[in-house]
Amino acid sequence: MSHEFPADSVGLVQPQTLHFDQPLALACGRTLNCYDLVIETYGTLNADRSNAILICHALSGHHHVAGYHSPDDKKPGWWDSAIGPGKPIDTNKFFVIGLNNLGGCHGSTGPNSTSPDTGKPYGPDFPIVTVKDWVNSQVRLADHFGIEQWAAIVGGSLGGMQALQWSIDFPERLRHCLVIASAPKLSAQNIAFNEVARQAISRDIEFHDGHYYGEETVPRTGLMLARMLGHITYLSADGMREKFGRELRSGNLSFDFTPQFEVESYLRYQGERFSTEFDANTYLLMTKALDYYDPAAEYGDCLATAVKQTRCKFFVAAFTTDWRFAPDRSREIVDALIDAGKKVSYAEIEADHGHDAFLIPIPRYMEVFRAYMTQVDADVPALSTEGGY
Amino acid sequence: MRADLEIIDEWVKPGSRVLDLGCGEGELLQHLMLNKAVTGYGLEINPGNITACLEKGVSVIEKNIDEGLATLRDNSFDTVIMTQALQVMERPDLIVDEMLRIGKECIVTFPNFGHWRARGYLAFRGKMPVSKFLPYTWYNTPNIHFCTFKDFERLCVQRNIYIQDRTVVDHSHRDHWWTRLWPNMLGEIAIYRITR
Repeated sequence: MSHEFPADSVGLVQPQTLHFDQPLALACGRTLNCYDLVIETYGTLNADRSNAILICHALSGHHHVAGYHSPDDKKPGWWDSAIGPGKPIDTNKFFVIGLNNLGGCHGSTGPNSTSPDTGKPYGPDFPIVTVKDWVNSQVRLADHFGIEQWAAIVGGSLGGMQALQWSIDFPERLRHCLVIASAPKLSAQNIAFNEVARQAISRDIEFHDGHYYGEETVPRTGLMLARMLGHITYLSADGMREKFGRELRSGNLSFDFTPQFEVESYLRYQGERFSTEFDANTYLLMTKALDYYDPAAEYGDCLATAVKQTRCKFFVAAFTTDWRFAPDRSREIVDALIDAGKKVSYAEIEADHGHDAFLIPIPRYMEVFRAYMTQVDADVPALSTEGGY
Repeated sequence: MRADLEIIDEWVKPGSRVLDLGCGEGELLQHLMLNKAVTGYGLEINPGNITACLEKGVSVIEKNIDEGLATLRDNSFDTVIMTQALQVMERPDLIVDEMLRIGKECIVTFPNFGHWRARGYLAFRGKMPVSKFLPYTWYNTPNIHFCTFKDFERLCVQRNIYIQDRTVVDHSHRDHWWTRLWPNMLGEIAIYRITR
């Protein structure tokens, strides 16, 4: 059988590792002297380097955003639904870069990387990185490609927070900012959920205060619990009712504590799978980056003041049943942008899928995404010609 | 462009900050952006219209205006516009108050239920008027608060709203001598410019 990918897929893709040895000062006061970022790119960078789009990932995301790593891959990259030839982010028009953020566990420098100082994995000694730090590292990535101004920076959830931070910290360096299913900062409830996830991990006896790499073990139970909890917050009550209801796996109650309801086995499966693929220290870091995110804090706690200096146009989208980052949270961003007189459009998409909706190709979501991207394309400057008059 | 939009265009100052409530497919805002260099936003509830605005590059905010506009600041827009949407609002009086709070001046257009055809329909047929221009039946109409020009002007008096300009036109937005002569009987659409 020949391995053919769908016509609207970017097809076979390969990650690449970029090494940066210019020290990066972090918000926590520490400095990373050198680091690697793993990236993937799709499409072609034009001669003016003006058609580039950066995709920022969410909590458990990475650089493999679209396409397939091998002909046998069952699943494409995590946002393949939105990126490819003819898709909302059209790789016939745009050059797309996905990366794994610092602190990640998919190849970029993070807790499971070897520290050049000790020759051992960083483990819990890896500095706590923030959204601002990520943006600073992504600037180096833009510089590496000679991209002076992104056509757009796009992100969902924690990825949207990076996109918004870019617009504030480097206003000249992007024309469009797409913030999807995100929030201008976490609520106490959001932080509470993150803290339970962290406790599940750090209280796992296999965690060894984060030094589990040397113990040849991983805190799988803790990671599994953290992911199960996370999953509940990514789905909506309606979505869960529709997907699982009270369906029993065997049809009868077994009067013991084995998983009997479909929802139980689904959560266990998701949790277990995640616990073999993800690094516990990275999970702790990512949840901290979420908790700390608050771009208005530097501007007298006024988001409208924080976005005053932005220069790009904004597209904000939220999903009706998302209760992790509910539409109200997106509207806070929209209201601040209107208050500051910035160009912003906002779509509130009817969807049953909760927070997960931002990864799902819901027809109306894809329609507004595509419609907005036509403007991003229209705003790519006409290619400058050599010579001239 | 629709003739009422042409009249509105004359009333909007170049470079002003405009809010268009119920902006439809964004044709007015797009026209004002191109010809008057205005900035601003459309508020819209219909998904198809929102997509059309995005494709035009018109800034559009998905919003149910009936839920209120509390997050928009006092006097934060030069002109707040609402064309042919007042009659679908749950509380037209409150939305007009909100428009006057947010905008330095407001432009409102709505169909005249006092037009002779509507009056004749009800008087002679004894049924709620249905026409090509107002095609809905009483039970499925989105137009839940019809009024006549007289009704609207009475509201303005009661609420201390100053009418700066009024143009009355027919359903194809043409201005005639007879609509000027007897607007509440012969005019089909009114375009008001109001302030407080």
